[in-house]
Amino acid sequence: MIWDNFRIALQAIRANKLRSLLTMLGIIIGVAAVIAVVSIVQGLDHVIATQFEGVGVTYIMVLPRQDLQDPDLAGREVTLTYDDGLAIMEQAAGLELFNPVFYRGEQTRSGDRRHPTMLLGIGPSHQEVSNHWVDRGRFFSDLELHRAARVALVGRKVVEELELDEPVLGTDLIVGASSFTIIGIMEYKGEMFGQNQDDFVLIPITTARDIYGVDAVKQLRLDFKASSAESVDLAKDQIKEVLRRRHRIAEGTKDDFQVLLQEELLERIGAILGTVTSVVGGVVSIALLVGGIGIMNIMLVSVTERTREIGVRKAVGARKGDILVQFLTEAVTISLVGGLIGIVGGWGLGILGAKAIPGFPPAHVPLWAIGLAFGFAAMVGVFFGTYPAAKAAGLDPIEALRYE
Amino acid sequence: MLISITDLRKTYRMGSVEVRALDGVDLEVEAGDYLAVMGPSGSGKSTLMNLIGCLDTPTSGEYVLNGQAVSGLDDGELAHIRNREIGFVFQTFNLLSRATALANVELPLIYARLPASKRRRLALDALERVGLGDRVHHQPNELSGGQRQRVAVARALVNRPSILLADEPTGNLDSRTSEEIMALFDDLNASGNTIVLVTHEEDIAAHADRTVRLLDGRVVSDQRGGARRGRS
Ligand SMILES: Nc1ncnc2c1ncn2[C@@H]1O[C@H](COP(=O)(O)OP(=O)(O)OP(=O)(O)O)[C@@H](O)[C@H]1O
Ligand SMILES: [Mg+2]
Repeated sequence: MIWDNFRIALQAIRANKLRSLLTMLGIIIGVAAVIAVVSIVQGLDHVIATQFEGVGVTYIMVLPRQDLQDPDLAGREVTLTYDDGLAIMEQAAGLELFNPVFYRGEQTRSGDRRHPTMLLGIGPSHQEVSNHWVDRGRFFSDLELHRAARVALVGRKVVEELELDEPVLGTDLIVGASSFTIIGIMEYKGEMFGQNQDDFVLIPITTARDIYGVDAVKQLRLDFKASSAESVDLAKDQIKEVLRRRHRIAEGTKDDFQVLLQEELLERIGAILGTVTSVVGGVVSIALLVGGIGIMNIMLVSVTERTREIGVRKAVGARKGDILVQFLTEAVTISLVGGLIGIVGGWGLGILGAKAIPGFPPAHVPLWAIGLAFGFAAMVGVFFGTYPAAKAAGLDPIEALRYE
Repeated sequence: MLISITDLRKTYRMGSVEVRALDGVDLEVEAGDYLAVMGPSGSGKSTLMNLIGCLDTPTSGEYVLNGQAVSGLDDGELAHIRNREIGFVFQTFNLLSRATALANVELPLIYARLPASKRRRLALDALERVGLGDRVHHQPNELSGGQRQRVAVARALVNRPSILLADEPTGNLDSRTSEEIMALFDDLNASGNTIVLVTHEEDIAAHADRTVRLLDGRVVSDQRGGARRGRS
C-alpha cells in the first residue's frame, strides 16, 4: 500500500516535471544551504580541533590590552614586561613554564629576495610552551641567549619565499637592519583560516632587546604552560591578581591585559561558527517555509485537478485514510526528492566553496547532516501536505465524481 | 432479498427551492435480477443508483443491502460496502487516465488490501472476462470507447460484488458498441451476477428481465419479463 502510494506520487511528479521542480525549489535551496554550510563549518571544525590539539589545553597567553576607547586605559602607558612574567612564575600557582615573546613585523632579505614576515623574540622555553619544535638544526643555547647572539630560527614559508639554498643552516639572513645566522628550521605547521603558520623568524629575546631597545620590549606577549589541564583556571585567576597588583590597577577598573586560554579561544571560534550556523539556519527556515507553502499550493492545485480521480477511488472503496495517506505521501515525496537534490547540490557547493577560498580545509558532510536534511524535508512535506491531503480525503464521493 | 428499499427520499435544497429527487421509492431486488431503470431526464434515476451504490446518503428511508441496514453507516463502513458489495459502471467510464487498464482494474483490490500478486491475477482474469486480455497494458487514451467501458466493467467485476450497478453504461457509445457491452452484461447476468442498469433506450432495457420506471422521484411501474431477447 505504502509502495503503491509512493509509485503514484512518483508518477504524479513525473507527469508534471517542471511544475514539480519549481515546487521543490524552496526545499532544494534550503537543504542545499544547510549542507553547504555544514560541510564547510565541519571541515573548519575538524582542522581547528587538530591544530589546537597540537598546542594543548595547558597553553595560556597573556597580551597587553590597549583600547583607546576605554577611559580606564586612555592616557596610560600599557606595559607587559619580562619582569611581570617572572613575578607571575614566582607568585602564581599551577604554572610550569614561562616564555616571553617580543613580536614585530619585519622585512627579511637574502640576496635580492625580500619577504615581510613576523619577527618573534623568544625565551629558552619557547619550544615546550608552544609545543612547536625545531625540525632541522638546533635551538639557541643559553650562552647565545646571554650574549644576545645574532642567531635565528626560521619557518618553512620564509625559506620558500627567500629561496634559501641548501644547506639553509649557516646561511646569513638580513632581518630589518641586522644580519643573522640561521641555526634551525622549525616544524611545518600548515595553514589555519587561510593564514600561513610557518611565516616567522625566531631570535633570542635578548637579541631583540639589543636591537630594538629596552622600551621596545616593554610590551611583550607572555606565554605560559600550566602544569595540568585542571590548574589552568586557577592559574588564570592568579595571573590576573599578580598583574593587577603590579600594574597598580584600582578596584573596579578594567585590566590592562588579557589572559587567553586555549579552551576559550576554541570556544570563541566555536561561537563564531555557531553564529554563522544560526544565521544560515534562519535563512534556511525561511527557504523551507517558502518551500513548504509552495508544496501546499501545488498540492491544493493537484487535489483540485484530481477531484474526479479522488471520486473514482472513493467509489471503488478508498477510505478517507487511504486518500489522506496517498496525498500526504505525494507531498512528502516531493519534499524528499527536493531534499535529495538539495543534498547533492549543497555538497557540490560546499566542495567548490572550500576549494575557492585559498587555504580552506576540504568540505566534510557528516551523516547526521544528511539525516537532518532529510528529516526536515520530510517534516515540511508532512506539515504542509496535511491540509491539502485532508481536503482531498474529506471530499464527498458523488460531488467529486461530478466535478468537471 | 438482496436489496430492500422502503420509502427512500432524497431532497436537495437549492436556496428556498426544494428538489425532491427521490420522493418515496420502494424497491426490492433479488439476487440474480437483471433490472433496467428507465424514466425521463431528471426523474431521479442517477440519484437512486448513487444511493444503491452507497456513493450518497438518503435524506430519509430504509435501505437494506444483503441483510445490512445501510442508512446510518459511517464513511469507513460505506467505503467497505462500495469496495466489497458493489461494482459501479459509469456513463463516462471514470477510469484513471494515467494508469493502464490493468492498474485501473486493480484499484478496488488495492483498497481491499490484497497482495500485489493476487491483485494482478484477479485483474487479469477480469480483463480476460470482458475480452480485453490483449489490452492490459494500454492506457485509457489508447483504447476505444467500447474498450474503455469494458475496462470499467472489469473493474466493477473484479471484487466479485453482490451487485453490478451501471448508470447509462452505453450513453456515450454508438449503437454497435452498445450492443457489445449489453451482450457482456447479458453474459454476466447469465453467470449469476445481479445487475441494475439505467437507460433511456427501450432496446437496451429490453435486455433486462425487469423494468422499473421512475417519474418525478417515484416508481410508476415495475414490469417483469421484459421483451427479451436473442440470448444464447
Ligand atoms: N447535487 C444536486 N443538487 C441539486 N439538485 C440535484 C442534484 N443532483 C440531482 N439533482 C436534481 O435531482 C433530480 C434528479 O436528478 P437525477 O440526476 O437523479 O436525474 P436522472 O433521472 O438521472 O436524469 P438524466 O436522465 O438526465 O441523467 C433532478 O431534478 C436534478 O436537478
Ligand atoms: Mg442520470
